[in-house]
Amino acid sequence: MPGFPGYAMKALALLVFSSLLAAAAGAGAQVAVREPWVRATVAHQNSTGAFMRLQSPGDTRLVEARSPVARTVEIHEMSMENNVMKMRAVDGVDLPAGKPVELKPGGYHMMLIGLTVQIREGDSVPITLVFEGRDRKRQVIDISARAAPLNTVQGMKH
Amino acid sequence: MPVWRKLAIVIIAGLLGGGCDALKRDYSGIELTGANWGRDFKLTDPDGRERTLADFRGKYVMVFFGYIQCPVVCPTALVRAAEARNALGADRERIQVIFITLDPERDSPALVKEYAAAFDPNVIGLRGDLQRTREVAKEFHVYYEKVPSGSSYSIDHTAITYIYDDQGRLRLGMQHQHTTEQYVADMRTLMKSKS
Repeated sequence: MPGFPGYAMKALALLVFSSLLAAAAGAGAQVAVREPWVRATVAHQNSTGAFMRLQSPGDTRLVEARSPVARTVEIHEMSMENNVMKMRAVDGVDLPAGKPVELKPGGYHMMLIGLTVQIREGDSVPITLVFEGRDRKRQVIDISARAAPLNTVQGMKH
Repeated sequence: MPVWRKLAIVIIAGLLGGGCDALKRDYSGIELTGANWGRDFKLTDPDGRERTLADFRGKYVMVFFGYIQCPVVCPTALVRAAEARNALGADRERIQVIFITLDPERDSPALVKEYAAAFDPNVIGLRGDLQRTREVAKEFHVYYEKVPSGSSYSIDHTAITYIYDDQGRLRLGMQHQHTTEQYVADMRTLMKSKS
């Protein structure tokens, strides 16, 4: 895979491993992560956004994210007030049982900050998501997000 | 019904009808014709040349202020502008799209050049030093503010794409919710109008 084969392989291995674990533990308890994508960057661009759809069988909360290609990953909420775009870091995102929650352009998203590589269209970007249930038990899920072109308006009404 | 009442109804209906016509808007965007601001800028292109809005006289110009690490609003605005331009067939040659960075500290000339070109080869990226950026933003009624976030920062900012006619007059402001189709329709109307 072009980009970062080491990471990609690791991500794949982790993915297989975590899905085996999930299967062993009863896959129903796992948060489903659908259509994760990141916006590709130009060379030397320091950060980019990641977007996805999350759904949890039980009440839980996304509390942390990290990625080997970024120094830090923050969860941000975007809002538009009087034509002014505002972005704020949030502590986490609640996932009520059974309710799909979208991290999409215009709402919540993740910011991969301090990128160590340029993200090119088609790359697979590994991201680790940490969820915490009401019982304080943590669930760690590794995903691989596809890099869409920088000039994409995905997930938005056209 | 007495005649005067019938007449009154006809007159009121006529007024209402006329009123509706007068209220019918030609544009989806905010009409800014006659604004005494956003008149000109003096900024540097990635090749080091000084550029002003007046340099583009004869072209319809779409200007958006943003920053490269902006995850959603800036790419969306630039995609809309580039798509609208490309949807206008031969008229596209009469349109110039300009991106002005509000983050000159991180957005180097090389980065601005590559970023602008990622949307369309027509898009020109411009930047100034901190002082010049502040002056231009003020002239264009663009609010912006750095917001610390962990060890980094994001920038809250006005997200309006300004559209100028070929005489260099500010005419329209497109907002984040406007679709490419609305951009195209507004550009067609503007390019046909003789005012």
